[in-house]
Amino acid sequence: MTTAILEMRGITKEFPGVKALNNVTFSVKRGEIHCLVGENGAGKSTLMKVLSGVYPHGSYTGEIGFAGQVQQFRGIRDSERVGIAIIYQELALVPELTVYENIFLGNEVRKGALIDWNETIKRATQMLAKVRLDVNPEAKIKDLGVGKQQLVEIAKALSRDVKLLILDEPTAALNEDDSANLLDLLRGLRDQGVTCILISHKLKEVIAIADSVTVLRDGQTICTLDAHEGEVSEPVLIKHMVGREIEQIYPPREHKQPGEVVLQVRDWSAYSPSLGRQVLRNVSFTLRKGEIVGFAGLMGSGRTELALSIFGNSPHYRIEGELQVKGKPCQLRRPSDAIAAGIAYVTEDRKGNGLILIQDVKQNITLANLRALAQRTVIDANAEVKIANEYRTTMNIKTPSVEQRISNLSGGNQQKVCLSKWLFVKPDVLILDEPTRGIDVGAKYEIYTLMNSLVDQGMSIIMISSELPEVLGMSDRVYVVASGRITGELLVTEATPEKIMELATN
Amino acid sequence: MMSGKTEAQTPGSFLQDLSKVLRQNIRDYGMYIALFVIMVIFAITTNGIFLSPRNLSNLLNQTGYIAVLAVGMTLVIVIRHIDLSVGFLAGFLGAVAAIALVQWGLPTFFVIPMVLGLGALAGLITAFPIAQLGIPSFVASLAGWLIYRGMLQLATEGTGTIIIPDAAFNAIGNGFIPDLPLGGPFEQIHSLTLLLGIIAIGLFIYNELISRKKKIVYGFEVLPNAIFILKLLFISGIVGWITWVLANFNGLSWTVVVMLLVVGIYHFVTTRTVLGRHIYAVGGNPEAAELSGISVKRITYIVFGSMGMLSALSGILFASRLQSATTTAGTLFELDAIAAAYVGGVSAAGGVGRVTGSIIGALVMTSLTSGMNLMGVGIAYQYIVRGVVLAAAVIFDVATRRAAR
Repeated sequence: MTTAILEMRGITKEFPGVKALNNVTFSVKRGEIHCLVGENGAGKSTLMKVLSGVYPHGSYTGEIGFAGQVQQFRGIRDSERVGIAIIYQELALVPELTVYENIFLGNEVRKGALIDWNETIKRATQMLAKVRLDVNPEAKIKDLGVGKQQLVEIAKALSRDVKLLILDEPTAALNEDDSANLLDLLRGLRDQGVTCILISHKLKEVIAIADSVTVLRDGQTICTLDAHEGEVSEPVLIKHMVGREIEQIYPPREHKQPGEVVLQVRDWSAYSPSLGRQVLRNVSFTLRKGEIVGFAGLMGSGRTELALSIFGNSPHYRIEGELQVKGKPCQLRRPSDAIAAGIAYVTEDRKGNGLILIQDVKQNITLANLRALAQRTVIDANAEVKIANEYRTTMNIKTPSVEQRISNLSGGNQQKVCLSKWLFVKPDVLILDEPTRGIDVGAKYEIYTLMNSLVDQGMSIIMISSELPEVLGMSDRVYVVASGRITGELLVTEATPEKIMELATN
Repeated sequence: MMSGKTEAQTPGSFLQDLSKVLRQNIRDYGMYIALFVIMVIFAITTNGIFLSPRNLSNLLNQTGYIAVLAVGMTLVIVIRHIDLSVGFLAGFLGAVAAIALVQWGLPTFFVIPMVLGLGALAGLITAFPIAQLGIPSFVASLAGWLIYRGMLQLATEGTGTIIIPDAAFNAIGNGFIPDLPLGGPFEQIHSLTLLLGIIAIGLFIYNELISRKKKIVYGFEVLPNAIFILKLLFISGIVGWITWVLANFNGLSWTVVVMLLVVGIYHFVTTRTVLGRHIYAVGGNPEAAELSGISVKRITYIVFGSMGMLSALSGILFASRLQSATTTAGTLFELDAIAAAYVGGVSAAGGVGRVTGSIIGALVMTSLTSGMNLMGVGIAYQYIVRGVVLAAAVIFDVATRRAAR
């Protein structure tokens, strides 16, 4: 019972410029539920991708032992073959296919060259019974709720005779009943001998279900705790998760008396038709002149949706609520309205929706405010180069020239280009969404210094960040967001990592 | 530090420089080289007939109605869409022009802007389901393809082919610009054409010198001196030679004038204006463009509207060239235009492609047809050869793009 089914030893995985995993050791006993916790970016998902073969053997260093044998997975198919199944937060089902087709997708029950549909449906029904899901196997996936879809995923894994089931944040999108149901099912599977690794941010859930917990931080294993020895409690986990000292990576900041209110949001609710759920509920907050307000919370808590909905990206949301800019009620229907009202938004996903990767540095810097460079719509090429070079100097963007393609720059320099682009529109309110994600310490420090000097000049900054030290090191005030609601407001002087974590995992 | 590439490292490294420049810019120069190679091949296989003044003049006139479509199609593809309706739209609007001239007796100077306006309107209608409802442009414009095909047949149903007797209208597709009344040594030569050619070369060299100077001031990468001079000589030489050939025939045709105007205007708008930059931004990353305050919808309307207008122009050029509107006018124009745009270096991934490239692409495709016709190659083989060239162009584009990464 206590032998290890999985032994990962000395796993190191590097991406250009970042060490995502540094000599990680991770051991899971046969037949237990093992929870993996850590802050965003701690390396949990990377570790699971190494395990499942998404990052093939050779792209990392270290050794994976599974079921007593050293494994060298070249892809997901290899790990599936030995009985490892991974279920991601983003479900991998085909919405237009039926439940039974999905369960046996890629693993079809054959009769010669054809698919034996009768046998497929029979076996699918058995699998559904195993996960205690009462749906018609002929229903289409798109007609099921997220909770039921999750169970179908698990049924799919079980149909492949899974030995180790990995779930990445399975309850993030579920309501309480569905979550409780899922956890119950996992206990049942454990009793039938299926080993389970569960990645979760919800610490209460972790404490309720885990046999063991491993904490990762900054790509390193901090500790593995045994729940049955009474070692696991919420304060203990939080301490291990955020335990690092806040190093001197934040430039000193005076917390001055903030000025008048520049942005006021009241009872802001947003429904996302594409996700099919309410992403924000009755959010109210204020932003004053010259302050940095941190928005802390876990991934998927609704902070980015809040920023996007304020920034006038409303076609993507149905919004209720009131927004005032400098005391005047505003209806920002599209980003250009928001920009005109003095709001700028530096996106979380630099490459996805921040930059135009195939264009050069200067084109990216001037994109949001080209009209300032144009006379009768003809762009003044000299002025453009001049402006771009100005930002290149003041922001210390490291590039051979402003005609360099942006995709050739490092993450930190790309981020500086994003910031330059939005500073060029001369905003009053700057919304920064994860401003230092994936960039090195040096560039981080430069960005923090810049933020300080901007608020000194009277700008107001909303900083969305999943890094607690950053929130505590840079903000004047902190709002904590969880499940689309603001669950707390703290002055930075009274905020501690533990308090924020508690509010965020609420 | 970054000017290191601007100077020749060692004397006498001209050939090294040349091969390096060609390698680095193979994507941009590829289609010019392809056009050059194709012309040389046909010059040899047709014993020079291909490069005769008459044939070259004809070739350029034949390119006209596809070239203007290719210019519009380039922008459509740049913003990650496609427009299949343009061929029959051109055919249909050509018929409308003919009916307006012949049956309604409207004057040419009124009919042309009217048809261009109708074209723009048709483009906006195609854009509506795409921009407003997110319908794939392939489907929306396929519907247009069917509708305009039907409307073309309706328009020409009663009369069959509509002969256009209007001299002014027909001059667009068949006429040449007037000559300067010069005597003496210019008697045999179309001197206005020659003059325009010389002015064009002068402007080109002046522009290149100015922009090179600026680039050096800003510390941008520029071509090594020797290569730069070679490039100037090469392009001036080609323009000069074409001018000379045309001047020795009937001179510049109105079709070529229209084509040059369209390319000139679109080149200016796409490279120098806010609108142009916004179009390429939307093509490069629609989400980022939208979040930068650019209305993707508005750009979609503008690009399809311009496509519709250019379809009308194409229809006018074609009807004028045939001096009539036929029941099958415009058939497969859309595919020729799309092929020309791809040969000209536009990228299906969006955000990349120049209107000047598409003109070269159109010339490549028309040259293939013209050259093979002269050689007496059967139409079946012609389709196959053009298909192979199109595939080769796109494979080349993708391969060089990957290498550049």
